[in-house]
Amino acid sequence: MSARQHAGRRMGDHLILAAVMVLALLWIAPLAWVFALSFKPNAFLAQHTDVVLGAPYTLKNYTDILGTSSVFRWIANSCIVSVTQTLLTLVLCSLAGYGFARTAFPGQKALYVFVLAGLAVPEQAVVIPLHRLFADLDLHNTYSGLILPRLAAPFGVFLMTQYFKAIPKDIEEAALLDSTPRWKIFLRIVLPLSIPAQATLGIFTFLTAWNDYLWPLISASKPDMYTLTLGLAATQSNFAQSEGIGYLMAQAVFAGLPIFVIYLFFQKHIVSAVAGTTVR
Amino acid sequence: MCICLMKPGLPGMPHKGAAMTTTLSALPAAARASSQPKVKGVQHWSNALFVLPFVLVYIALLVVPVVTGLWLSLNDVDVLSGDRAFIGLANFARLWHDDIFRGAIRNTFLFVLMTTPAFVALGLALALALNRQDRVGTALRTIFFGSSVLSVTIVTLVWRLVFMTDKGLLANVMHSLGLASINPLTSSALALPAIALVTVWWIIGLPMMLFLAALQQIPEEIYEAAAMDNAGRWRTFWSITLPQLRKTVALVAIIEVILQFQLFGQAQLMTNGGPNNSSRPLVQFIYEAGFQQWALGYSAAAAQVLFGLMLIGVALQMWISKRGQTQSGEST
Repeated sequence: MSARQHAGRRMGDHLILAAVMVLALLWIAPLAWVFALSFKPNAFLAQHTDVVLGAPYTLKNYTDILGTSSVFRWIANSCIVSVTQTLLTLVLCSLAGYGFARTAFPGQKALYVFVLAGLAVPEQAVVIPLHRLFADLDLHNTYSGLILPRLAAPFGVFLMTQYFKAIPKDIEEAALLDSTPRWKIFLRIVLPLSIPAQATLGIFTFLTAWNDYLWPLISASKPDMYTLTLGLAATQSNFAQSEGIGYLMAQAVFAGLPIFVIYLFFQKHIVSAVAGTTVR
Repeated sequence: MCICLMKPGLPGMPHKGAAMTTTLSALPAAARASSQPKVKGVQHWSNALFVLPFVLVYIALLVVPVVTGLWLSLNDVDVLSGDRAFIGLANFARLWHDDIFRGAIRNTFLFVLMTTPAFVALGLALALALNRQDRVGTALRTIFFGSSVLSVTIVTLVWRLVFMTDKGLLANVMHSLGLASINPLTSSALALPAIALVTVWWIIGLPMMLFLAALQQIPEEIYEAAAMDNAGRWRTFWSITLPQLRKTVALVAIIEVILQFQLFGQAQLMTNGGPNNSSRPLVQFIYEAGFQQWALGYSAAAAQVLFGLMLIGVALQMWISKRGQTQSGEST
């Protein structure tokens, strides 16, 4: 490659990078604008929304959230639902994944195919029957009602089965010869090896549960049982008559910031969990 | 319910082992190198106890509801009295003549047509530009992926504020350019495209990351050979990168088709299907029929239509990944 071509190529690289940087600025502009204006008084915002930097500043929108809204209750609900769902998913899917990948029982293959067939079922195809079932069981507006439906998703079983299959078999052989019980082999030998897969599935499940919208909307009708995602939707529904733009902006920041900070800390894991689970 | 691609090269599928060792695989090296799938030991009923808890939950909360949903779609259900009458395919016939339902189908297809090409093209472009190991690359990837972790209600809240009539960020920008401002969410021509734009903004990170992972699997030697030939940027892209990514392009396209078919929250929260039903998607139709009009049988029938459309999508996806598998098998 001649020096001139080389220089041209580097020029091109710089131009592309500059273009992507401009695009990135456009990408964060909505968030930055909302963030900046959330610190301005509602009365001021009623007149101008074009002054981003500069006085006046206020924290009133945030103190209003802390003082009046149910946002803490919703955050607590979201935590309870997401954490429980994640833990239960990990337990159920690890057990089932081990059973399918490393043990043998009559009818195993057929059962595995039967479980995988569930991957093709969209959530929307079952919400109506589920709503009736949960109404009969009196489970709406309860934590169980919010947690249970997603436990049936076969995706985690698929992920864990694939993972357990890839662990070398000699690891278990010695223990099997000693006729150690299966559950002990699972708990002491195989489970500790599966931590990376647990992390992937755990992050994926947590994020899905935290951001879930359709099922909570259907199942939780009492504001006390709203998750944060659902609660924010409820405050938006009276967008026009709401307490003011600044308050809405502060709510967006207040709800989004924690998950965004978590993302910055665990970025690598979150990216591979989200992208990795989709590919697998 | 969950998108899952049985892509070749996932852990435990030994034939492609080496190619998948980059970035996304969270497996320990030992596990990856292994090509021995199972320790089966003795067949024994007691081993089924491992899978039993999940299978019970699965049957109770997925299999039974799927069957019940199919049955409901053939019935007329009165929620208040609890009466139910078998009416065969009458619900589907009614859907066929329902203008709102037809509109919802049309909107859903339009939305998929607007978003999927954008996800593929922009996702690939960003991946190509950001496939670099320095800090700038990391920072930019963080920005483009970051919005994906926000929930749909935060995203729609932010964008409703941005689109606000006269006071939104968009209106401000248009004013400063001397243009008349417009709130796209109140225009039947612009509402759906605006929802599409917000959706691309929200989750462009996923296709970008999938393309990045695929890019990192292209063997370096191929590029070295191209550099020797003095191949330019465009030629390298068209004759090397794109052919190598053919399978990923197809997979990303299908993931997005399946995902975007399920459009609901963005439309419901930003426009509530309006104005003039111009942005009501299929899932919102199901939701409204089932949980606002309480026409359960009718709603279940609409859900079966969605289910059928998505099954076609999944079948396509499996067909393409299978084809990709045999192709990569031949090439190695």
